[in-house]
Amino acid sequence: MTAVLRLRPERLRELSLIVVIALAVLLFSFLIDDYLTGSFFNRITTSVAITAVLAAGQTIVILTRNIDLSVGSVVGVTAYLTGEYLQSHPDTAPVLAVAIAVSIGAGLGLINGALVAYGRVPSIIVTLGTLAIYRTWLINHAEAKTITADSLPDWLIELPNSTLVSIGDLDIRTVVAAVVVLILCLQVMLANLKWGRWVYAVGSNPDAASQAGLPVNRVVLGAFVASGALAGLAGFMFLSRFGTITVVAGSGLELQSVAAAVVGGVNIFGGSGTLFGALLGAVLINLLDQSLLRVPGLSEFWRDAVLGALILIAVSVDFVLGKRLGRLQVSRARREPSAGVPPQQGAASDA
Amino acid sequence: MRDRLFRWRWELFLSAILVVVFFVNISLSPFYLGEQNFVNMFQLSIEKLIVVVVMTFVIINGEIDLSVASVMGFSACVLAGLHDAGGVPFEVAVVIAILAGTAAGLLQGSFVAFMGLPSLVVTLAGLIGFRGAARIIVEDNAIGDFPEWFDRIGQDPLVGRFSLAFILFLVGIVLAGIILHKTAFGRSVYVIGNNANVARYSGINVARDKLIIMTASGTAAGIAGVLFAARLGTIRGDLATGFELDIITMVLLGGVSIFGGSGTIVGVALAILIVLNIRNGLGLANYDQNTQLGVIGALLILSVLVPNLVGRLAARRRVVGPDQGSPPAASRHGGGDTPQQEPELRPAQH
Repeated sequence: MTAVLRLRPERLRELSLIVVIALAVLLFSFLIDDYLTGSFFNRITTSVAITAVLAAGQTIVILTRNIDLSVGSVVGVTAYLTGEYLQSHPDTAPVLAVAIAVSIGAGLGLINGALVAYGRVPSIIVTLGTLAIYRTWLINHAEAKTITADSLPDWLIELPNSTLVSIGDLDIRTVVAAVVVLILCLQVMLANLKWGRWVYAVGSNPDAASQAGLPVNRVVLGAFVASGALAGLAGFMFLSRFGTITVVAGSGLELQSVAAAVVGGVNIFGGSGTLFGALLGAVLINLLDQSLLRVPGLSEFWRDAVLGALILIAVSVDFVLGKRLGRLQVSRARREPSAGVPPQQGAASDA
Repeated sequence: MRDRLFRWRWELFLSAILVVVFFVNISLSPFYLGEQNFVNMFQLSIEKLIVVVVMTFVIINGEIDLSVASVMGFSACVLAGLHDAGGVPFEVAVVIAILAGTAAGLLQGSFVAFMGLPSLVVTLAGLIGFRGAARIIVEDNAIGDFPEWFDRIGQDPLVGRFSLAFILFLVGIVLAGIILHKTAFGRSVYVIGNNANVARYSGINVARDKLIIMTASGTAAGIAGVLFAARLGTIRGDLATGFELDIITMVLLGGVSIFGGSGTIVGVALAILIVLNIRNGLGLANYDQNTQLGVIGALLILSVLVPNLVGRLAARRRVVGPDQGSPPAASRHGGGDTPQQEPELRPAQH
């Protein structure tokens, strides 16, 4: 018990998520025949990849006490425009194609961020607006044309199936491995670089951050650009995975990204949470998504209802446990002041 | 007099916009100025307007309800499910469907009021979850064949040219204005939105008020969902998807601060008229639904951005100018009821 108490709240959240994921896998393996197979592992990891990238961007924005509801539209726009470019320039180098997608996304994120940071418009208003505006622009731009897989270069369509290493019949896809490495790198940067600590500082207390002389506006702008760039990357992955891009591509992904972040223990009021947690949140959501379809007696229509309930449960449990844990840590620290966590720090884990 | 004008400056600004929109529309289309067009204009989004009225309370109270469109779909699908399964008279099914909306609001409200969870997350879960629940009930089917009186309620005027939904909306918005601006409950809605802690210390039952408002929001969505079903004649799982954007836009454009604590029903009523007229004008000028949505999105952002920029420019001029003693030009979030609220509050605190 004391060992658990000594853990930082973020670690504890991540640990409990891993336990929940393991329990879910165990439960589903009882309910579904032939559940634990290599192909199922592949399906889940491939679908996690896109959500995880989006959730990472969303987390960075939420950490600064903002929200980005436009990511679904950004994914749609980047997937469509990149697809269009590759149709007309089939010889484009893969790296360049990724760069195009990421910069389109970053540009759209820049618009969001500038309006939030310098226009002083609340992020929920800005991104609710751009959610509609970006999509409208795409629909008008596309003029009812669809990007189809056969018009895209072969390397793009084969990318999702390329395998880095195989362990038994578990294939680790190149894309999935790249995403995990990317998120872990971002996590290390966020936790250790000056810029990363600023993100947390701005989200914990914007006034204090600005009093301390941090460039609050630039940090917020940067967070939105990062979210846009990651959404652009997700758009590229979306294009390569599905090949067929209609004007409604990616709509609804904004909800999934917020859900993954929140389930992953990222505080919606900013200042606390990790990208690794968001990754676990994405895993749990996609696990349910893919597994519920196959539970006998349940139809695919149960998916959203379960997801909604899951978010609510995750947040409530997190909240109650956080409070309880904070109190326990405080009382323990009072009893043995030399060994324990300082009281303020214990209380801070309430948040 | 100047103070009063200052306090209502957002409403004045909206009125000016409305006049501009009105004349642009007249010049755009000869069909704009007709009684039938005005009736249609309201009729086409009347269900949203009913939800807007209660959403005003929710946002002034410092919360948000993203789930309204899904709850509309949910209660309509409850109606469809009961109708399809048979067993209960249709009248009873209608009541149960509305109560399903109430229950949805109550459920979300208890998480917000008693556990103190952020409404943004709770209603985001509701947005996903209640849409899912609606899908579970009707799956991919479209359910119709309702009793004739039900279709008539949705499509035919009840009094003069006005449908039941329109009358409900009118009564609702007048009542809302009275409750919000003339009763103790209305005052407490503002106080909670401004500062929930202050409200708590002044003896306001914050949890109860939040629960009442979130439940009312669910109920309004339930009624709106049933009315929408009556107007459409068929119910599908995706009924009312995406309506939350329009609904929240109208409230925020009306000068209600997203952070709670300020805004007026008059402002929201003006915003409703502006959004309806812009959509109508764009429609008459042959712009499709999609473009209308984009314009509404731009309007939402501009409605906060422009006053902010103007306010900041004014503040800069004021610092330089001789009139240094005047209060800093807050954005419109500071407008509405905030200025007179502080002095009222202070005695209550002691």
